Amino acid sequence: MSATRLASGGRIDRTQALDFSWDDRQYQGHPGDTLASALLASGEQILARSFKYHRPRGVMSAGVEESGALVTVGSHERRDPNVRATTCELFDGLAAHGQNAWPSVRFDVNALNGLFGRFFSAGFYYKTFMGLPPFEWGRGTGLWMQYEKLIRKAAGMGEASRAPDPDSYEHAHGFCDLLVVGAGPAGLHAALSAAEAGLDVWLVEQDFALGGDYLNQPDADPDELVARAEAAGVRILRRTTAFGLYDNLVAGLLERVTDHLPNPGAQLPRQRFWYLRPRAVVLASGAIERHIAFGDNDRPGVMGAAAARSYLNRFGVLAGQRVVIASNNDSAYAGAAELARAGASVSLLDARQTVSEELRATLGDSGVELLSGSAPLRANGAKGVQGVEIASAAGSGWRADGARPCDALLVSGGWSPVVNLLSHRGVKPVWDAELTCFVPGDSEENIFVAGSAAGIWNTTACEQSGRAAAARAIAALGQSTAVVAMPARGGWQQPIQPLYEVVVDGEKLKSFVDPQHDVTADDVRLAHREGFVSVEHLKRYTTLGMANDQGKMGNVIGLALMADALGREIPEVGTTTFRPPYTPVSIGALTGRNSGEHFRCLRRTPMHDWNLARGGVMTMAGLWHRPWYYPRAGEGLGEAYVREATTVRETVGLCDVSSLGKIAIQGPDASTLLNRVYSNAFAKLPVGKARYGIMLRDDGIVMDDGTTWRISEDDFFMTTTTANAAKVMVWLEELLQTRWPDLKVHVSSVSDQWGGCAVAGPQSRECIAACLEDPQMMDNEAFPFMGVRETMMTGGIPCRIARISFSGERAYEVYVGADHAEQMMDMLWAQAEARGGCLYGLEALGTLRIEKGHVTGAELDGRVSIEDAGLGGMASQKKSYIGSVMQQRPELLREDRPRLVGIFPKDRSQTFNSGSILCAAERVEGLGEGWITGVTHSPALGHWIGLGFVRGGHQAWAGKTLVAADPVRKGNIEVEVVSPHMFDPSGERMHG
Amino acid sequence: MIRIPCPFCGERDHSEFSYGGDGSIEYPELDAPAEQWHDAIFLRDNIRGMQTETWQHSSGCRLWLLVERDTLSHEIRSVRPAHAGIAQALEAQR
Repeated sequence: MSATRLASGGRIDRTQALDFSWDDRQYQGHPGDTLASALLASGEQILARSFKYHRPRGVMSAGVEESGALVTVGSHERRDPNVRATTCELFDGLAAHGQNAWPSVRFDVNALNGLFGRFFSAGFYYKTFMGLPPFEWGRGTGLWMQYEKLIRKAAGMGEASRAPDPDSYEHAHGFCDLLVVGAGPAGLHAALSAAEAGLDVWLVEQDFALGGDYLNQPDADPDELVARAEAAGVRILRRTTAFGLYDNLVAGLLERVTDHLPNPGAQLPRQRFWYLRPRAVVLASGAIERHIAFGDNDRPGVMGAAAARSYLNRFGVLAGQRVVIASNNDSAYAGAAELARAGASVSLLDARQTVSEELRATLGDSGVELLSGSAPLRANGAKGVQGVEIASAAGSGWRADGARPCDALLVSGGWSPVVNLLSHRGVKPVWDAELTCFVPGDSEENIFVAGSAAGIWNTTACEQSGRAAAARAIAALGQSTAVVAMPARGGWQQPIQPLYEVVVDGEKLKSFVDPQHDVTADDVRLAHREGFVSVEHLKRYTTLGMANDQGKMGNVIGLALMADALGREIPEVGTTTFRPPYTPVSIGALTGRNSGEHFRCLRRTPMHDWNLARGGVMTMAGLWHRPWYYPRAGEGLGEAYVREATTVRETVGLCDVSSLGKIAIQGPDASTLLNRVYSNAFAKLPVGKARYGIMLRDDGIVMDDGTTWRISEDDFFMTTTTANAAKVMVWLEELLQTRWPDLKVHVSSVSDQWGGCAVAGPQSRECIAACLEDPQMMDNEAFPFMGVRETMMTGGIPCRIARISFSGERAYEVYVGADHAEQMMDMLWAQAEARGGCLYGLEALGTLRIEKGHVTGAELDGRVSIEDAGLGGMASQKKSYIGSVMQQRPELLREDRPRLVGIFPKDRSQTFNSGSILCAAERVEGLGEGWITGVTHSPALGHWIGLGFVRGGHQAWAGKTLVAADPVRKGNIEVEVVSPHMFDPSGERMHG
Repeated sequence: MIRIPCPFCGERDHSEFSYGGDGSIEYPELDAPAEQWHDAIFLRDNIRGMQTETWQHSSGCRLWLLVERDTLSHEIRSVRPAHAGIAQALEAQR
């Protein structure tokens, strides 16, 4: 037990206690605590087990870069794994558990993995157990596969809940002049001065407290600055991470709305995903303190020096009683003195040989023992640091030089500016050898970097850099403003000394570079020895920087070690590109409201409720809910559709066809447009007539089919397939706006404005006539096949009727305004029901059209020419139209192309499956001779039938046997190929 | 997120638009020789830099647009209606 809560100090509210649990034991913390600070204050040191070796880990930082204290928060369906305890705001009732350990993080059976480190070195996925007796003997047996499972189980992190997420999330959109990322000294000053200049400013801060590094300093008070910014109109979002910066500076923000609330109201989303569109961005995203690679530098109690300062000044937690600080730069000095004044005995190892008098003076009378030219060689203590072996500078290297006890070992290896968001914009960071860190490169966009993100280390200079960045943003947005000088980078009294790893000859050390993924300095060197020279390959082979901190802690050390192995400089080795998100984003937030039944939009026809009330079972057709079948008592799908199809052929049936695409095509050149778009002639279509049309793509392949009705000279009503309604609409608009701007035509989608019902069967005419104000108009002579009429249904409901048939029966499609759709159905159904008719759904519709050999989306799949579909006779020879030239390509004219055919099982009692491959009987292999697109039981023919495509068409296979090969599902069935017009080929029934 | 300034609706997210294709293609007459159609349909340059594209503001005014976009930086240099008459009418209103 090393860390302790101090009696006073810090920015926590000691007057209130918050109860929380850790591994089912009860603890208390205070408002203002993080889970990490509260656990440290309670003396808990081991909070996690590492990824591969199950080594004990504790708190290593005080921020988003945390690689040690990853815990699981919440339980059951709200279990949230891999939460960084260092950013988890404490609340009353918080329940957290250790992860990747059994039975607990304090005692973990899998820690034995550490003894087998040899198996888990770099690239262990690729080399597992190969050539390693006795495991090698399992090779080629089932046992071999079990090894991988065991490894996967042992190596891992927290486990996500498998239950559906009970919380809601939302997406929100925002606009502003200036986005300031980070509410530290630079960000607050940038936001304030931009707002005072009249800009609309958003300031986002990932922390729950505002102030950034002010919060880590003993005497700073950011509250007054925050109040001024708010008064100036700055919109401040706390607990909000700018996780990505995209084209046109669109920023992705994740606002954690209720994660910190003990009892979030049901009305609030858990998280809010913002799309913010600023015109300029100031990045004041700070810097992250680096570690140093030395032996066992992952022991609980080894922590960042700045983190310990933060725990002291912000959380009132003293990291240890006997503290050793290891540094290679000035930044650790202030914290060292503060820790000593708070009661710890502090030794400061400075890697630099000489320390200037000015720098020494900053320690004042705090009693810090300063050892220059010293660095940590190895941390001692199995489950928590108990001492440190020290190395002294010797020539250009190090030699072992004694040890001393400690209960906290604090490390500062330099600072890495957070340049991630600039990297998202494709701006490569630049290596600054003097500061030994990557600093932001120049952006051509309105992005301005301030504070320690720009490599400025001094608080006062950071404040000025914020004002300077704001002035640049204001100027970039076209407002005049006073120029503020941007302070120079750096700001320490004495230069940093590069120090990435401490090694001493003869000492075997386990020095972690990326502690979260258990990548050691030896792993980096091993990768180099195995031939990896690119940093991108190094990353993938060792998994360095691929943990959920994405290399925030270890990347630079890894690069430095690789550069050293290659004998090159760091900038020559390069840096990996940071990609969004900066910190993890939950899938729920990405999804927002688009989950469950809102996953995609749902379209209902205007008679949806009517269909449901009549027992319709729905199915999805694209976005549409369409009636599938209408079962009667005791019927399943199979019985219902056969009955429905039979009833249509014998009496009459009604089918909701409202989902068909409907386009109003109006204007003096409307017939010209149609004549160019459709492959068959439309110019001379008389008023009051409909025509079936096929449109091709530019390349001569069939795009869509449907009927188009001529309502008046310059007013057409086009119907499209349900699936292609939007595509056809877009296509017509494209043609009119980009290719034929001279045509005077207006197209509007009216799909939702009309409700449509197909009335099919021998008694369809009588059914409709009984519903019309003028029944005589339905006479065969007055209303012939393919006729179109506008008339009134009883009660003065205007309607459009076309005598067209998809089923092959005498049939009509009746359309009324969507609001009248249910009335229309009531009237038609009263007539149909009285005649023994039925309602039929999509399944029976399919049966009827397959019997007739009518094509639909399953056949017109984007590979089929008009000839292939057996519709070549319809194409006009007298005119040019879209696709008319390209459909004559030699390949499309080959006689042996797959052509539409009908398919019967050879043994008529057998069934076969849609999707089967058609093969010649003697050669059931490969791609075969064709395929099957649709099958149904045909009540009209009394057996199963299908449609499909076969090389050369049905004439080529007359009298021969093919095999419908479906080896996985049904097996192979012998079939014969017939004309696709399997029922009533002469069309007597629909003309009668 | 690319932002596209629609000449009719103003600047909007690219998610409101649908990409069309190469805006520099001159489609031949319907009865033009197959070679011309072949070139217009199948031959495309893979441009590194500024290219002219068609986009439709499908969730907005439904105008088809000619957009000059840099394929490297996604910078949008110009946007105008593909239909010259509409472009003129919009220009006249300015």
